[in-house]
Amino acid sequence: MTPMPVMEGLLLAAALFVLGLLGVLVRRNILFMLMSLEIMLNAAGLAFVVAGARWGAPDGQAMFLIILAVAAAEVAVGLALALQLFRRTGTVDADAVAGLKG
Amino acid sequence: MQVTFYLASVVALLATAMAITRTDAVHALLYLIVSLLAVAVVFYLYGAPLAAALEVIVYAGAIVVLFVFVVVMLNLGREAAEQERRWLHPRIWVGPGLLAFVLLVELGALLTGDGPAATEVVAPREVGIALFGPYLLAVELVSLLLLAGIVGAYHLGRRPAPEEAGR
Amino acid sequence: MRELLWLVPALPLTGFLALAAGAGRLPRPAVGVVGVGSVGLSLLTALAIAADFAGPAAEGAVFRQPLWQWLAVGDVAVRFGLALDALSLTMILVVTGVGFLVHLYSLGFLAGQEGLNRFFAYMNLFVAAMLILVLADGLLLLYVGWEGVGLCSFLLIGFRYRDPATVRAARKAFVVTRVGDAGLVIGLILLVVSLGTLDIAALTEAAGTRWAAGDALPVAAAALLLAGAVGKSAQLPLQVWLPDAMAGPTPVSALIHAATMVTAGVYLIARMHGLFALAPPVQTAVAVIGAVTLLLAATGALAQTDIKRILAYSTISQIGYMVMALGVGAYGAAIFHLTTHAWFKALLFLAAGVVIRRLGDEHDVRGMGGLYRHLPGAFVAFLVGAASLAALPLITAGGWSKELILTQVWAAGGGGPFLWLAGTLGAFLTALYIFRAVFLVFFGPERTVPGGATPATMLAPLAVLAVLAVVGGAFPVPAFLAGSLPVPATGRAAGWLFGAIAFGLPLLGIYVAYEIYLRRRTAAAGRREAPVPARLFGLWQRGWGFDALYTAVAVRPVGWFVRVNRGDAADALATGATAAGTAGHRWLSRTQTGRLRWYAGALAGGTALVLAVAVLA
Repeated sequence: MTPMPVMEGLLLAAALFVLGLLGVLVRRNILFMLMSLEIMLNAAGLAFVVAGARWGAPDGQAMFLIILAVAAAEVAVGLALALQLFRRTGTVDADAVAGLKG
Repeated sequence: MQVTFYLASVVALLATAMAITRTDAVHALLYLIVSLLAVAVVFYLYGAPLAAALEVIVYAGAIVVLFVFVVVMLNLGREAAEQERRWLHPRIWVGPGLLAFVLLVELGALLTGDGPAATEVVAPREVGIALFGPYLLAVELVSLLLLAGIVGAYHLGRRPAPEEAGR
Repeated sequence: MRELLWLVPALPLTGFLALAAGAGRLPRPAVGVVGVGSVGLSLLTALAIAADFAGPAAEGAVFRQPLWQWLAVGDVAVRFGLALDALSLTMILVVTGVGFLVHLYSLGFLAGQEGLNRFFAYMNLFVAAMLILVLADGLLLLYVGWEGVGLCSFLLIGFRYRDPATVRAARKAFVVTRVGDAGLVIGLILLVVSLGTLDIAALTEAAGTRWAAGDALPVAAAALLLAGAVGKSAQLPLQVWLPDAMAGPTPVSALIHAATMVTAGVYLIARMHGLFALAPPVQTAVAVIGAVTLLLAATGALAQTDIKRILAYSTISQIGYMVMALGVGAYGAAIFHLTTHAWFKALLFLAAGVVIRRLGDEHDVRGMGGLYRHLPGAFVAFLVGAASLAALPLITAGGWSKELILTQVWAAGGGGPFLWLAGTLGAFLTALYIFRAVFLVFFGPERTVPGGATPATMLAPLAVLAVLAVVGGAFPVPAFLAGSLPVPATGRAAGWLFGAIAFGLPLLGIYVAYEIYLRRRTAAAGRREAPVPARLFGLWQRGWGFDALYTAVAVRPVGWFVRVNRGDAADALATGATAAGTAGHRWLSRTQTGRLRWYAGALAGGTALVLAVAVLA
C-alpha cells in the first residue's frame, strides 16, 4: 500500500472528536446527545487505528476492538436509560431532569 | 490512494456535521451511517481491514440499528420535530462553537509534526494473535463488560409493572 | 504596733467581702455593725500605730511592710508593699477618722431606706481602696487604689440607680476622671520605661540622679501625673464632674467628694514631690491651675441654689488652694489644709444632710429659711463649719491652714504675689458664699417647716467634727509633715498687713453676705438677690460654661461617630469573612445547574484548559 500520512489521520480524528463534542453540548434531545457521544468514541478509535498503522503493530486495532465493545455496552445502557427517562417524564429533554440543581 | 483518503475525510466530516444538525432523528442517523462508512474506508486505506470490517458490522450495523429501534419505540412525532427546531436556534451555537474551536486548535497544535508514514497492512490474523496473546485479559474483561451491559440494559429498560408504576 | 499596718486597709476590705457575700442574708443591724465596725476597727488600729510611730515619723523614719511579689517579667519585678511615713500616717488618720464618722452618720441617714447592705459594702470598699492608695509604696499599687476609689465613686454616686439623671451623673464622673487616669497611666509607663522601677523611693532616687531639673522626660512624666491629679481632684479643666456628683447620697458626698477621693490628686503630687521638683514648668502650671480653679469655683459657688452644689463648688475651690500650695512647694501647708478641709467640709455636708432629710429631701436654698430655731444642732454644726471654711482667724482650724498657705504662697519666688492675690480674693468670696448659704438657710423668713427628729447617730459625728473644725488648728501638722515632705525656703517676709488682711477679709465677707442676703432680703421680699449683673450670675451658675463647651467639643462628635459607626466598621473584618464565604457559596452554587449539557461543557472546558497548559508550556 502507499505510505499514508499519520498527521492528517490524527487531525481527522481530532476534527471528528470536536464535532461530536459540539453535538453533545448543543443538542437538548437525549438521543442526539448519545449519538454525538458515539461520534466522539468513533473518533477516538480512529486515532488508535492510525497510531497502530504508523507502528505497523496490531495493538491499534486490538484497542479499537475494545473501544468498540465499550461503545456498544454504553449505547445499550444509555438508550435504556433514555427510555426510562421518557416513560417517567414524558419528554426527551435533557434539561428537564435537573434534579441535582443547587 | 491519498486522494481517496482526502475524499473520504471530507465525506466523513460533512456527514458528521449534517448528523449533529438535523431535527429529524432518523435523518441524523442516516447521516451518521454515511460518516461511519467513510471512516471505515479510511481504516482500510491505513492497512487495517479488520478494523474497517468491524466498523461497518458493529458500529454501523448494530449500534446505529439500536438507535433506530429506540427512535421508533419513542415514536416522536411532528411536535417533536418542531420542538427540535425551536431548540436549535443559532444563538445556541456560539458558546459551544467557541469551546470546540479552541479545543480543535489545541489538538492541532499538539498533533502536528512530521514522522514516518504508515506503510504496512496489518492483517486480521496478527490482530487475532495479539488478542489471544498479550491482550487476553483485556478480552475477558470486555466480555464481562458486555455481560454487565446486557443485564443493565435489560433491567433499566424494563417497563414497570402496573402496581409499581408510581415508583 | 506598726506591724499591724496591713490591717488598716485589710479590715474595711474584709467588711466589703463580708457584706458582698452576705448580700440579702444579713439582718439590718448586722449590716450596720459590720459596715461601721470594720472602719471603726481600722481607725483604732491606725490610732495605735500612730501612738507607736508618730515620734519616729516626725523625724523622717519610714516603715516599710512588703506584702508579696505580684509578678516578675524579665528583669522587672513588681512587688506590692506598704510604706508608712509622716504623710501616709496623716492620710490614714484622716481617712479612717472621717470615714468612721461618716459611716456612723449613714446609719441614721439611710434609716428606713433600702439598699443598706450595698451602700456599706461600697463604702467599705472605698475606704479600703483609699487606704491602699495612700499606703502604697509603689506606683502600681497606688494605681490599684486609684482605680478602686474611682470605681466606688461611680457606684456610690449612682447608688439610686433607678433615677436616670443619677446614672448620667455617675457616668459623667467616671468618664471625666478617666480622661485624667489615661494621662496617669501613660505617665506611669513613661516612668517605668525610663527608670525601670515603679517603687516610689527607688524611683525618686533614680530620677534625682539620672535627670536634671527641666529635662524633657521628668517634665513629661510630671505633666502626665498632673493630668491624673487634675481629673481625680476636680481641678481645671476636669472639674465638671464634681457638681453633678452631688446626685449621690449626702454621706457619699461628705466622704468621697469632700474629704478623701478628691484629695487623692493632692496626695499624689505631694508624694511625688521629688519628681515634680525636677519639672519647674509643671510646678508653675500646678500653681496657676490651683489659683485659677479656686477663683472660678468660688464664683460658681456664689451662684448656686442647690445647697449641695454650693458645697461641691466650694470643695473644688478649696482643693484649688491645696494645689496652689503644692505648686509653690508648700507641701506641708497643702496637706495641713487637706486635713482641716476634711473636717469642716465633711461637717458642712453632714449638717446639710440633716437639713435635707428633715425638710423631706429639699435641696434648694430658696425653699429654706429660718431654720435655726427648728434645727439647732444642724445650725451650730453648719455655722462652725462655715466659720472654718471662711477661715476666721485664730478660732478655727481652717483659719490656721489657709493663713499658712497664703503666707507661704506670698513668700514663694516668681509670681508669688499674684497667686497670693488670687488666694486672698478667693478668701473673700469664700466667706461671702458660705455665709450667703448660712443666711439663706438658717435665717430669714420660714418657707418649709421641718418634720421628724434627727437621730443620735447623725448628731454625734457632727459634734466630733465641729470640735475638730475649731481646735484642729492646734495640731502641729505641718511640723509633723516635715518628717517626709520638704519645707519651702523662706522668701518674702509677711508683715503685719497680712495679719490684718487675714483678720479682716472673712469678716468683710460675712458682713457683705449679711447685707445682701439677710437685711435686704427680708426687706425687699426676696426679689433680685444677685450682687452682680444677671448675665454674669448666670454664667457663674453654669460653671463658666465648661459643660456646654465639653458637650460641643467632645460629647457631640463622639455621639455622631457612634451613630455613623452603627454597623461597626471594625467588626467588618470578622463579619466580612462570613459575608465573603456566604457570597462565594452563592456564586459557586450557581454552577450546579443540574443540566447535563452544562456539566459536559464544564468537562470540555477543563480539558481545553489542561491542553492549553500542555500547548503553551
